Amino acid sequence: MSGQNTSGAPPAAGGGLLDRRALFEGALGAGLLSASGAAAETLGDPVWTQKPGANFTPYGQPSRFESKVKRVWAPPANPATPGIGASRTPHQFLDGAITPNSLHFERAHGGIPDIDPEQHRLVIHGLVKRPLVFTMEALSRYPMKSRIAFIECGGNGGSLSQPVAQNVDAQAIRGLVSCAEWTGVPLSILLDEAGVDPAAKFVFAEGADSAGMSRSIPLAKAMDDALVCLYQNGERIRPGNGYPVRLLAPGFEGNMNVKWLRRLKLVASPVMTKDETSKYTVLLDSGKTWQFIWPIEVNSFITRPSPGIGMPGPGLFEISGLAWSGAGQIKTVEVSADGGKSWAPAALQDPVLPKALTRFRIPWKWDGGPALLQSRSTDAAGNLQPSRAAMIAERGLRGQFHVNCILTWAIGANGEASNVYV
Amino acid sequence: MSMFEWLAPALLLLFAGPLHAAEGPGLGAPANEADIAAWNIEIQPDGKGLPAGRGLAAEGEKIFAEKCQRCHGEKGGGKPNDQLVGGFGTLSAPEKPAVKTVGSFWPYATTLFDYTRRAMPWDAPRSLSNPEVYALVAFLLRENGVIGADDAMDADTLPRVVMPNRDGFIPFPRKPF
Repeated sequence: MSGQNTSGAPPAAGGGLLDRRALFEGALGAGLLSASGAAAETLGDPVWTQKPGANFTPYGQPSRFESKVKRVWAPPANPATPGIGASRTPHQFLDGAITPNSLHFERAHGGIPDIDPEQHRLVIHGLVKRPLVFTMEALSRYPMKSRIAFIECGGNGGSLSQPVAQNVDAQAIRGLVSCAEWTGVPLSILLDEAGVDPAAKFVFAEGADSAGMSRSIPLAKAMDDALVCLYQNGERIRPGNGYPVRLLAPGFEGNMNVKWLRRLKLVASPVMTKDETSKYTVLLDSGKTWQFIWPIEVNSFITRPSPGIGMPGPGLFEISGLAWSGAGQIKTVEVSADGGKSWAPAALQDPVLPKALTRFRIPWKWDGGPALLQSRSTDAAGNLQPSRAAMIAERGLRGQFHVNCILTWAIGANGEASNVYV
Repeated sequence: MSMFEWLAPALLLLFAGPLHAAEGPGLGAPANEADIAAWNIEIQPDGKGLPAGRGLAAEGEKIFAEKCQRCHGEKGGGKPNDQLVGGFGTLSAPEKPAVKTVGSFWPYATTLFDYTRRAMPWDAPRSLSNPEVYALVAFLLRENGVIGADDAMDADTLPRVVMPNRDGFIPFPRKPF
């Protein structure tokens, strides 16, 4: 098929981007679509039609043809200390906004513990009138709430702050964000039961893992929308995501959503744990370091096309990706095919939920020439995702955490995508 | 603490919002401090939570060689895991890689006690006695030039150690949430 725009869809920006409405209103035109059909072939009944299939399975698995869709993780720097690190979501193979539980990213500082829920306890103490201890059975009897929320590791996107672009895919660059429906007890209910002392300003949250991973959460956040979660996408939370109970602090950086939660202590000021001082802070060129960057800032990236998900030849394609903000809902996502010279608004997939991944889509007529694909999002608070140059101008290259700059895929003449800096 | 003055307006604003009507069934069992003492281990920057006991760098050096060096290198010089000693002068030199160690980067000495006791050694956390943790802390602080060779670390002296990068942390410039 030629790269010529034979559709009725108007161009929306340079490089072949078409009006987002063309996806849903049929404006692409029958002539264009019929031109992309497969070559004629004679169809017969395959073997799976000619005999009955397999029996049911107690807990389902994906098709064997989907074996490439899996989490990956970097080998540990020290083979003697496995379980330090993170497994990443293969966003280039997924669509929609919800991350399957088996593919949700995992971050662990001391491996994934094998916790017996019968023996696990959650303690609330410190600056409270009534220190309390909860069994998991007791927690499961409280009124629950569900919400769809992203969780993003503070270290996601770190490869965008290297001096030169890394030859890696979407999973390696942005695989430390995932989105699930989380169900649990509003933390405010449990804190009210314990009776918070007015002197308390923070909740120290600690896990039962061997690292005792712990963070200080502002009390206002704990009382506002934090959940003590038991369920992830309808089933009990997976071990790698905090079984049997984790904290959800919607929109806040990943490790404040403390997994394997066993203790909440009301305190007057932050404990200054290892993971809120020496890590998850952003070193600036001045030598000073930003601390307590709690919410994840507005972000987006294109999942398709992306490295490994290229195009067989010129034609009509959908550019698709994900956007999110810890400040609330995504308001707009714009896409560029010419490295940021011109932008077209993408369609946002309903429902657009606050502090959740939002899927965006836009039709694109690739003419077979070089292209630079980018997305940039704006949240309901008006925050605009920065270019990489703007991010570096503000904070340098050594920040390591909370990297939310625009990601660029270069499209080569072979239709393959690769990460570049522009 | 200056950061709280800066945070206070945002915290108050959220706190002033409507509180929650939802009530729970009241199934939390009373917890007394003796029962939860083994879990009550965090150390605050003012030293709150520090246990009895004391340790010297010379004692810590022996423990480090036995239990820590294989991951953190001789005298905490790093590799294969985190470097714990040195790195001074790299934070404010943007042309160089930042070497963030206990000495060059960590703002509070109490964090070193907290983290070492809760999470180290990696394959046997919670196995060190309190005097052993004090000794390891003293060793790492001495190697970083933060305390003298004969300065014993205990619940009284440790919170008074001023780390070199104590004033290196500043608030995030955009609103917290």
